[in-house]
Amino acid sequence: MITLADYLVLGAILFCLSLAGIFLNRKNVIILLMSIELMLLSVNMNFVAFSAFMQDIAGQVFVFFILTVAAAEAAIGLAILVVLYRAKHSINVDDMDSMKG
Amino acid sequence: MTFEKIIFYLFATILVLAALRVITARNPVHSALFLVLTFFSSAALWVLLEAEFLAITLVLVYVGAVMVLFLFVVMMLNINIDVMREGFIKYLPIGIAVAVISAIEMGIVIIGNFGGGKSPEFTRKSADYSNTEAIGQVLYTEYLFAFEVAAVILLVAIVAAIALTMRTRPNTRFQNPSSQVIVKKKDRLRMVNMDSEDKQS
Repeated sequence: MITLADYLVLGAILFCLSLAGIFLNRKNVIILLMSIELMLLSVNMNFVAFSAFMQDIAGQVFVFFILTVAAAEAAIGLAILVVLYRAKHSINVDDMDSMKG
Repeated sequence: MTFEKIIFYLFATILVLAALRVITARNPVHSALFLVLTFFSSAALWVLLEAEFLAITLVLVYVGAVMVLFLFVVMMLNINIDVMREGFIKYLPIGIAVAVISAIEMGIVIIGNFGGGKSPEFTRKSADYSNTEAIGQVLYTEYLFAFEVAAVILLVAIVAAIALTMRTRPNTRFQNPSSQVIVKKKDRLRMVNMDSEDKQS
């Protein structure tokens, strides 16, 4: 039978992959946003697994809310990206240095 | 190895490989399409866990809406891929190092707590159990406030996304419907009195 540990290991692998993705693609904001979506997916995977194995529906309700907030975040993030591209004609993180940070 | 286990490992392998391609693909369009594949395979894994409602929601909301939005933006922007890939090799060692270290840490915690037969087994629900009904039962009673806050968050996201991206160009021509409606006959039509002209001339 599949155990809870299988799902938790899968979620951990997914989280580490998205963490590596943030390091590898630190110039490309679109891939960064996609890595964040992957991270949220791995968290959701853990929530669903715990909810199913512990017979508590609250975990799945939580995943529902995470999906809602993630959708809102993706919409606003992409809107900011489009505005940024209009202003700078680039989405390279290195070009976003006008505040000398 | 049971059939269920084969299905689990099949979808888990697809999920991990697709996630790997999301972060390593050259073309952002390919990344977005591989992300769609990861969402599909995790939806399949959630169906295995009898979380059908969330699996369908993941496919509808993520694949149907969010990823289409991603693809729109990726295709709309003109991205120079070579410039974007510059730091890839440079950051490869530290990326792999951080990923491996955190994987080992999480693995230690998971194996320490759930390894060696301590992991709980999955108990099937009865055939007439409805996952959607169970979520709906608590969503509209216990979590009603959170549900309404989520609705407000979505509304704010709509307003914010439109307010950020909408622009009025100075030389854009557009109709003003209210001034079109209130126009009177005397504003448009001018009666001119003039003498009739002679045909022969």
